[in-house]
Amino acid sequence: MTAVIDARGLGKQYGRRWALTDCTLTIPPGHVVGLVGPNGAGKTTLISLATGMLTPTTGTIEVLGGRPADGPDQLAKVGYVAQDTPTYAGLSVEDHLRFGAHLNPGWDDQLARNRIRRLELDPKQKAGKLSGGQRAQLALTLAIAKRPELLILDEPIASLDPLARREFLQILMEAAAEHELSVVMSSHLVADLERVADYLIVLVGSRVQIAGEVDALLATHHVLTGPSREASSLPASQHVLTQSHTDRQSTFLVRGSEQLQDPLWSVGGLSLEDLVLAYMGSAKQSTTVLEGIR
Amino acid sequence: MIWLSWRQFRVQAIVGAAIAGVLAIVLVPTGAHLASRYAAAGLTTCHATCGSLAANFVNSVKFSGDGIIFYAGIALLYLAPAFIGMFWGAPLVSREIESGTLRLAWNQSVTRGRWIVVKLAVVGLAAAALTGALSLLVTWWASPVDTALNLGSGGNSLFSFNRMDPLVFAARGVVPLGSAAFALALGVAIGVLVRRTLPAMAITLVLFAAVQVLVPSVVRPHLLPPATATAPINIGTAGIDIQSDGSGPGVITVMGSISVPGAWILSEHAVRPDGQPFSATAPRACLGSNFQPCNTWLASLHLRERAIYQPASQFWPLQWLELGIYLILAAGLGWLSVWQVRRRRA
Repeated sequence: MTAVIDARGLGKQYGRRWALTDCTLTIPPGHVVGLVGPNGAGKTTLISLATGMLTPTTGTIEVLGGRPADGPDQLAKVGYVAQDTPTYAGLSVEDHLRFGAHLNPGWDDQLARNRIRRLELDPKQKAGKLSGGQRAQLALTLAIAKRPELLILDEPIASLDPLARREFLQILMEAAAEHELSVVMSSHLVADLERVADYLIVLVGSRVQIAGEVDALLATHHVLTGPSREASSLPASQHVLTQSHTDRQSTFLVRGSEQLQDPLWSVGGLSLEDLVLAYMGSAKQSTTVLEGIR
Repeated sequence: MIWLSWRQFRVQAIVGAAIAGVLAIVLVPTGAHLASRYAAAGLTTCHATCGSLAANFVNSVKFSGDGIIFYAGIALLYLAPAFIGMFWGAPLVSREIESGTLRLAWNQSVTRGRWIVVKLAVVGLAAAALTGALSLLVTWWASPVDTALNLGSGGNSLFSFNRMDPLVFAARGVVPLGSAAFALALGVAIGVLVRRTLPAMAITLVLFAAVQVLVPSVVRPHLLPPATATAPINIGTAGIDIQSDGSGPGVITVMGSISVPGAWILSEHAVRPDGQPFSATAPRACLGSNFQPCNTWLASLHLRERAIYQPASQFWPLQWLELGIYLILAAGLGWLSVWQVRRRRA
């Protein structure tokens, strides 16, 4: 099957600053992809490139085998919920459904109306008067009802309260499962993605630090705890991401294709959040780019 | 896409239609009344005395309520295109950029090229329809005055706002339609380039006003070759001026008068019989307190007043030419907007 997103040497420069550098990435279809990184890491830039809102400075990007925003067919295949979930403040919920119906040949009106009913949105209400959560739901409805193959969401829940976040993610996951959508969703909070994402991309300092299926990532990253010693004393198969030392004990967070078999070391798993934080931390310490795991 | 263009434009369109409706309510009865005054003044049946009848009629209009409407109609047809550029054109794309809805609009199954083209077409047609209707109303309303002025009441006297006059010309016929299309395309293009609504509105207004000044002063006089007319100068009634910088004898100039009904006088001056412009250092005869020797000398020169002008018959050719220029500019700006929207980031 065609990759959802296939980027080769992708980069985007604003003036002198590179918002995204040398991004090479292949996301297989059928995943809920979490794109995580601190604010300003380049998440929105990557998403804007994938939706054709930006054109790359270097490299290429293909989405579902086509150039982003290249013609109505390509646009129809990708649903996009932009940052701050924009809607037309002066148009009613009903008008938004008509907007979707008029501008998308594949529009599923039944689906849209059912969702609006379930969300208990008043069709006559102006979108400008909706709460942040309701507006996000309306934007999501528009993106889903055009029946895309891929749904891209840029920090959709950043401005929502915890309850609205939970509801939004739940509805998103139901829709993704029901319509067999691939989903790419960015957030600066791992916790938002942890419950839903099965594929993770960590973007720090305009570079992709690591990308891969969550299970594989968790299986290849470990916490090693043992007697105090240098990082260089570990076998070459163990790539140290972070380390901390006390007088008697050293703790390393490592990536390794094989698990360390040494009675001196106790080997533990780590949470997705620990893993992401480790990459964010190590990216700050060094500028070396780690190749992604595929 | 047409649905969306109309839905987003509905309020502005209704405001424009309402303004046009109110104006029709004012202009239709007063215009009918004005036409009846024109007939009552005998201008529809006159033969030899048309000139003076027309002068009486124009003066009676000038100092009545209809005079205010006459000038208000001109102001309206300058303001309408400016407002269309500011309130219909400038926000068309910039407001969507500011509110972030561009990212919503550009991610439906419609390319952004089609999005901008349809929007431009819908609002452009509305702008043409509105200013077309306004210009038709005002041109019809003012036609008795315009016709009377062409019958020769004005000449180059003080109130000679005939329809060839630079001030009136752009508020008659098809030119308002062209300037509205231009203002709209200008507003949209500025909005696309500046990306912010308020600055875009301000810049649109300034640029449009500049063009409204430049077209009559720089462009229009050269669109068609002007005509020339000369008339003998009656020294007894001509204006005579002697200007001296204090050191030597002054320079004498003569200002005669010439009447070309309904024309737009581009330039006018006294010429010698051989066609050379007249200017001379004032002879001693002209420096005394008695003007008679000076007048005798001037009369012996057989000076003539020469006017270079656009005749009344050039009105429609000039109208169509100027409409064409505005439409070409509008098309160019429209193309610029489409090109920018297709390549620019959201």
